[in-house]
Amino acid sequence: MAVTGIILIVFLLMHMVGNLKMFVGADSFNHYAEWLKGMTEDGGIAYPILPQGTFIWLFRLVLLACIVAHMVSAWQLTVRDRAARGGTNYVVTKRRAQTYSARTMRWGGVILAGFLVFHLLQFTVKAITTGFKASDDPYTMFVKSFSGPMSFMVVVYAIWLVSVCMHVRHAVWSSLTTLGLNTSERARGVLNALAMAVAVLLFLGFIAAPLACALGWIH
Amino acid sequence: MIINLRVWRQPNAQTPGKMVAYRVEDVSEDMSFLDMLDLLNEDLTVRGEEPVAFDSDCREGICGMCGVVINGSAHGRASSHGNVPTTTCQLHMRSFADGATIDVEPWRAGGFPVIKDLVVDRSAFDRIIQAGGFISINAGSAPEAHSVPVPKMQADRAFDAATCIGCGACVAACPNGSAMLFTSAKITHLAMLPQGQPERYLRIKNMVGQHDAEGFGGCTNIGECADVCPKQIPLDAISQLNRDLIKSLFKADGKTA
Repeated sequence: MAVTGIILIVFLLMHMVGNLKMFVGADSFNHYAEWLKGMTEDGGIAYPILPQGTFIWLFRLVLLACIVAHMVSAWQLTVRDRAARGGTNYVVTKRRAQTYSARTMRWGGVILAGFLVFHLLQFTVKAITTGFKASDDPYTMFVKSFSGPMSFMVVVYAIWLVSVCMHVRHAVWSSLTTLGLNTSERARGVLNALAMAVAVLLFLGFIAAPLACALGWIH
Repeated sequence: MIINLRVWRQPNAQTPGKMVAYRVEDVSEDMSFLDMLDLLNEDLTVRGEEPVAFDSDCREGICGMCGVVINGSAHGRASSHGNVPTTTCQLHMRSFADGATIDVEPWRAGGFPVIKDLVVDRSAFDRIIQAGGFISINAGSAPEAHSVPVPKMQADRAFDAATCIGCGACVAACPNGSAMLFTSAKITHLAMLPQGQPERYLRIKNMVGQHDAEGFGGCTNIGECADVCPKQIPLDAISQLNRDLIKSLFKADGKTA
């Protein structure tokens, strides 16, 4: 759970930086998107170590493997933990220390995975087009998806981001603790602060460009 | 004071239990929670009813025998002493208001089957300790203490972890029914000391293996356990366990040649 989760969080941070190129301009964003897919003149990312356009598929394969492994271990852990509760619930339970994020990791994870499917159908497969044509360049696709009549998508994405970032908030703390980094009371404070910082950073970094589109700052 | 109790009554592991209401009168605020249950049992015995079964021994907060879930919190909460976690025997009735209604339930976890009423079988903890919670030494006269120096910080950490009394509140409070805090307290205690080193990585494999075999759940770092621990074993003990467990995966300890 911890290792695959950390890989996915690092991916999110990378993805966020990529999205922020929306503020640099259409050329920058489009070049970045094409570079990832190996469609630029210089052969794109990891060329010539790998053939043109191979990296993106390797990358997707690794991410998919992480997601599958993450879900399988989550399932196994959930089944085991349910059994360990012994089948009889407390008549009265008081929640003392748990955060809302910690409590909602399981269903939260399922919900955000559902959003992820929509997201991929929208921008990768382009089966669901939100105001754009499949032939549009990435920059146009982004702008059209979040501006004009599609401005409400910002709210949809904000909800998704909240679910993702809450998941990340417990995940950063929990994964690093599982890997043995919670060495003292002070470390606990640092890890929790880091978790909160990563979650807030991801939310702000991801919502910035869509919001700017909706407000007409990027067009 | 008058206390209204709702107590979990269950004749044995096979029969389903239920909450039963009792009214306890003439409770002194200086009584411990267990004294109050004794008072209830005296009354029940006089009336010819079956007294409520509960565990207790030292009644001074050091043996780990007592423990019930009070108003949804393992061991309840001593509001009269700054809301600190405590054992059930050290929880006094002055922490409750006159006329209060209190729910009393046994520890609930797959690894802790109910024996009767509020008594659960915690022998799983014994088996986890038997799996590695010890050091192997030749019996005889104690060696000179100064011959093995122990850094002060490590000695303190070992001592803090060693204060675990094995009451099981951590398991009772854990939404995953995990006994990681208990297991990690012993791991941390022995991992910090020179005497614990020879068996360090074999110990962790065996203890975690036994923990899992007993049907306890996996830790998801929620933190409910440390919050109710009467000995305030910190969550970083669990991280120490994980750290040692990861290291042990690269060691041959426990593998047959």
